[in-house]
Amino acid sequence: MLSGIAPAISEAIDQEMAGNPNVVVLGEDVTYWGAVFGFTAGLFQKYGRERVIDTPITEQTFMGMAVGAAATGLRPVVSLMFVDFLGTCFDQIYNHMAKNHYMSGGQFPMPVTIVTAVGGGYGDAGQHSELLYGLFGNVPGIKVVVPATAHDAKGLTATALADPNPVVIFGHKLLTGHPGVPFEGEEEDVPKDPYTIPFGQAAVRREGTDLTIIATALMVRRSLQAAARLAEHGISAEVIDVRTLVPLDIDTLVASARRTGRVLLVDEDYRSFGTTGELAFRIQAGAFDRLRAPIHRVAVPDVPIPFAEPLEQAVIPSVTRIVDAARALTGVPATAR
Amino acid sequence: MWRPEPSDADLPVRIAEAGLDRDVLLAAYRRMCLIRVFEEAVRSRYWIGKTSTFNMAAEPIRGELHLAIGHEAVAVGVCALLGDADAVVSTHRAHHHALAKGVDPGRLAAEMFGKATGLCRGKGGEMHLFARNKRFLNSGIVGASYPQAAGAAFSFQRQGNRNLAVAFSGEGAANHGTFSETLNAAALWQLPLVIVIEDNLYADATPKWAAQAVNQQFQRAQSHNVPAYLVDGMDVIDVHAAARRAVDRARDGYGPTVIEAVCYRYRGHFEGDPENYRTREEVELWQRLDPIPRLADRLRRLGWADDATLTGLREAAAHDAVQAVRFAEDSPPPEPVEALAGVFA
Repeated sequence: MLSGIAPAISEAIDQEMAGNPNVVVLGEDVTYWGAVFGFTAGLFQKYGRERVIDTPITEQTFMGMAVGAAATGLRPVVSLMFVDFLGTCFDQIYNHMAKNHYMSGGQFPMPVTIVTAVGGGYGDAGQHSELLYGLFGNVPGIKVVVPATAHDAKGLTATALADPNPVVIFGHKLLTGHPGVPFEGEEEDVPKDPYTIPFGQAAVRREGTDLTIIATALMVRRSLQAAARLAEHGISAEVIDVRTLVPLDIDTLVASARRTGRVLLVDEDYRSFGTTGELAFRIQAGAFDRLRAPIHRVAVPDVPIPFAEPLEQAVIPSVTRIVDAARALTGVPATAR
Repeated sequence: MWRPEPSDADLPVRIAEAGLDRDVLLAAYRRMCLIRVFEEAVRSRYWIGKTSTFNMAAEPIRGELHLAIGHEAVAVGVCALLGDADAVVSTHRAHHHALAKGVDPGRLAAEMFGKATGLCRGKGGEMHLFARNKRFLNSGIVGASYPQAAGAAFSFQRQGNRNLAVAFSGEGAANHGTFSETLNAAALWQLPLVIVIEDNLYADATPKWAAQAVNQQFQRAQSHNVPAYLVDGMDVIDVHAAARRAVDRARDGYGPTVIEAVCYRYRGHFEGDPENYRTREEVELWQRLDPIPRLADRLRRLGWADDATLTGLREAAAHDAVQAVRFAEDSPPPEPVEALAGVFA
């Protein structure tokens, strides 16, 4: 049994490291603190500083080192402590890691796995609470993995570690199981033996007929809670966990949209020019003739994540807001709470 | 810009100290000639269709062109000490590094012409040159080469071999945070890394004095416990002497070294550069230090080559360069559908 995606991810890394001496872990505080939220917990004790290396606080340099190391036979696993820090290293990620295979005419694959902590809801405010996977998804050459369960986290991490391309694993802090932040996941039965989950396969977490709710990471959990409440009101919601944004399993999303005729996108990333817009475009392209209403979305309005609790709660999608949006979409007015 | 003419009184001593011999120097001469003629040949093709109106989109060579004429001694002096398994990470000005590392000149030229036979099948262009068989990597982003070379050095250290990685850059890049960050990390972990800074006095159009609070990079290197050599980058013997120490140090596990090679680019930052930041006289002064005739003079004085030998080497190099450009010109363009392939491995 595992509680949280962090021990699941570290277990997958451990199992890969045991069999592949080229896997090394790089980043800030990856030894004693296990990359703060536990994604690399236990690896230092087992593999030592030869393979689990604390770097100076120089994101652009250790991301650049990962580029050079990946070009010369290593398979780096890099911790980007908080995704919000990507501004300090995005050049090495999007200009090099993501492009070198293409720009070199296929000569230099970039087998790098980045693990980063994302999400808010615990008062860490504007520079420590974002998702930002839309930025990564916007750039060609990066696979975007967003696990919502420990089981998925382990299997998707194993797949990432076997992938010859840059993969970024977005680990939501409220799903990590780290004792310092709230935990909205649940205890899961995760197989001890290694296994993989292929990229590009969305998971239908709950079947329904009246609308399709599409979400990632923490928002999958909240959407499932919302679906349970909606059922009490006679609304049958299907909940789909996208699992990987790049590659995207558009077929599953479109098939569900065609079945239910209504789509609600729930996203903890910023609202504009991002994931929800892209998903909506692709879904309408495949399901337009079956849609009974415009596609709705609940996402972070275009403001930085604020600090104070009432302010933060006002912008990060909640179960109540998902329920209200679903009711509006299905033509049932929101009731007094 | 005044520079003293270097004295050659100690030439035999310096050559011995650098571990050089006749064969190495003749090979260096030929390689430097190859770079020079290659660059001149590419330049002549670049300006076809651009002479009346300068339009970077005009064929046969599109985009920017950053020639390395004047930088030959740095690239050759360093790369003469490297094997195929050693890594080089280069910059927006990369042609000479590629040729010095042994990258195929024909496929290099073909990449610059945007041909299917190019190193990167026409997807990279002259600022993004890659050659896996020579462990040659490249970035057009100033300052990006340092950490990537450190990463390759990190690989070699983990793999327990005696390979090393070389990061080339200009002196402008040394103002970037990656330089200090990489020096710190490489010194901390004693990485087999050599950072070679081609100090050509100008970062694009910005003179060094307008951008740098310290005059020399060795001052910065010393602050990170990294030894540094300040060398005459127009003198392949001087470059080679420092590079040999740096390369040996790296291979023997003693960590990184900085080589600061003062050189001069005779062409603009890019072709089409108005060069309004320097005078014609300054360029002509530096032409008196042209690394190729200087090496030829020394080979003659040492009795290691006569005019006929040198002419033969120059002609052989010119033949290779011309063949390379011809290969590029005769090669087919890539199929448009190729544009959509290869984002992921």
